[in-house]
Amino acid sequence: MISDLLSVTVLIGILASGIRLATPYLYAAIGETFGQRSGVLNLGVEGQMLLGAFAAFYVALTTGNLWLGVLAAMIVGALMGLAMAFVTVNLHAQQGISGIGFYLFGLGLSDLLFQKMLGRVETVKGFPKIYAPLLSDIPGIGEIFFSQNVLVYMAFALVPIGWFVLNKTTLGLKIRAVGENPDAADSLGVSVARVRYFTVILGGTLSGVAGASLSIALLNVFQQNMTSGLGFIAVALVYFGAWRPWGVLGGALLFSMINSLQLWIQVLGIPVPSDIAVMMPYVLTILVLVATVSRVRAPSALTKPFEREE
Amino acid sequence: MKKLFQSEWISRLVEALNPVFAALAALAVGAVTLLLLKINPIEAYRALWDGAFGSTNAFAETLVKATPLLLVGLGICISFRGDVINIGGEGQMIVGAILATWVGLTFTDWPGWVVITLSMLAGFLGGAIWGGIPGYLKAYFNVNEILSTVMMNAIAVQLMNFLLRGPMIDPSQAELASKIPQTARLLDIFRLPRLAPTRLHLGALIAVVLAILVYILLWRTTLGYRIRAVGQNPHASRYAGINVKRYVVLALLLSGAFSGLAGATQVFGVNYRMITDGSASGFTGSAGFNGIVAALFGQLHPIWSIPASVLFGALLVGANKMQRVVQVPSALVTALNGLVVVFVVSSEFWRRRRQRRRLAAAGADEERLQPAESSA
Repeated sequence: MISDLLSVTVLIGILASGIRLATPYLYAAIGETFGQRSGVLNLGVEGQMLLGAFAAFYVALTTGNLWLGVLAAMIVGALMGLAMAFVTVNLHAQQGISGIGFYLFGLGLSDLLFQKMLGRVETVKGFPKIYAPLLSDIPGIGEIFFSQNVLVYMAFALVPIGWFVLNKTTLGLKIRAVGENPDAADSLGVSVARVRYFTVILGGTLSGVAGASLSIALLNVFQQNMTSGLGFIAVALVYFGAWRPWGVLGGALLFSMINSLQLWIQVLGIPVPSDIAVMMPYVLTILVLVATVSRVRAPSALTKPFEREE
Repeated sequence: MKKLFQSEWISRLVEALNPVFAALAALAVGAVTLLLLKINPIEAYRALWDGAFGSTNAFAETLVKATPLLLVGLGICISFRGDVINIGGEGQMIVGAILATWVGLTFTDWPGWVVITLSMLAGFLGGAIWGGIPGYLKAYFNVNEILSTVMMNAIAVQLMNFLLRGPMIDPSQAELASKIPQTARLLDIFRLPRLAPTRLHLGALIAVVLAILVYILLWRTTLGYRIRAVGQNPHASRYAGINVKRYVVLALLLSGAFSGLAGATQVFGVNYRMITDGSASGFTGSAGFNGIVAALFGQLHPIWSIPASVLFGALLVGANKMQRVVQVPSALVTALNGLVVVFVVSSEFWRRRRQRRRLAAAGADEERLQPAESSA
């Protein structure tokens, strides 16, 4: 049975589903990267994802329009981001704890709305696979990289875009300045509050899409607590990726590949207790945090509220 | 002078009532949500109140639910005072419960009170290990404890599922085809004694006594003083010769220990066995998270955490009744708890501003005094 794992078809299957599973991590973690580079740790990602997943699913189910679903998820995520920004930027609330509050809020509200507005688990026809012309015909590679749905492609496109915006644009410079030295940025006329509002709302919007990618592109159902810790892992991936989009991509792929491997191990009936297999990605996250975090410096102003000295 | 005294007194009162305002604000948001769902909020909240305080039994259930919240909350008081954010209550409860259950199922020919004592200590130890690991990683490897404790929660759930399906499964279940993932039942003599003809058990009393002990620990011992000093200003603490890393580990370890004890009391006082539905909340009832809410509501003070835990226990018990009577899913209470957390940490803003103003006012007074003194 172990040899089953090594056959080419299974290997391609593992890699293809690994790419697919990286999608929600990428949206959420790239969004969170922007927030953290500007100095705001948003721990409410999980709650934003759950509400986004529900909004997308409900709208897609009732209107039959998947893009309207994505839009709904973006709006809900942005509103959650707005609330988080107000609480952390204007009220200087402790970021970690208020994030946990928003997580519980999203967890409870998405469950409440699910029970009151849907009442049972239904399925929706999610985004179809798009076969890239010619490229999808390449054996192996085609199935792994070029036979995915549109939200998967967009998630991967977000990595170079995020890198470009953070490192090559004035906006990115402002974001990094606000995260490293808000006093200096402020004295140069950059509005610390406005930049942080922007990044936290952007993060919320992308977390909403991350939820939508689960409920109308990958799993095509909505269930209570369907993210089951995914949003927290996305936050960990930002640390893992040393606050850089390409690093985040590496972390997301490593994580999703291990998850995919674990799923295939169960499908093939290889005698590893499934509970232990499910545990592995979490153990790995801790080990990787140990290995990387002590060597990389976080944005200096991360978790610190900004107050102009008068 | 008298006026100054009065305004001081009023601002202190407002400060103390901050959490109450936060709770009222959360209930108001909940009422709006209910209205949007076309449910009468007054009926819903009345059902909630009835469910929590309507009868002796209801009140006893509230206290039963409050017990793990208080125990977890006591740990949270310690760690948050040390500026260590412990989100790992769920996992620490589970590991504490596993260790305690193992003791209870292994030493079956020992006297009841010995095994009960050992089991509670085992729960304490299990939680301490599960909290100590992220504490150690934070102190010596700079790993963010919020993330590592969340990961430790996920690991603990899988560990529980693995043990209850395999090595620790009830022997009678192992023979059946159903194989319900649960341990064998504890012997009757190992149960925590009941305090009244209700389900209220000794764990509630233990939790209250521990609340007083944690108060003494934090404000009357060197250990507690140092944990708080490190939490308030690690740099100054280092200059004062305190081994900061050690107290970071200790804060998380102690915090975990109380959660572990909470897990142990759930097994020995309520369920008399461990059973899993595959999720953490299936065993903990989310006490690992709600304990944080209760502690924050109690302003991270062990004694104030007692009434805070009763309040949130009441919300949880009342939510079940609300679900039965007016069909409002109890998930509403989870959402409201989240809002309470957000509102409480936000209301700190006004407290800090008042403090600043008071300091500024004191500074202005001094300035006015100074020239007078020098001329004299």
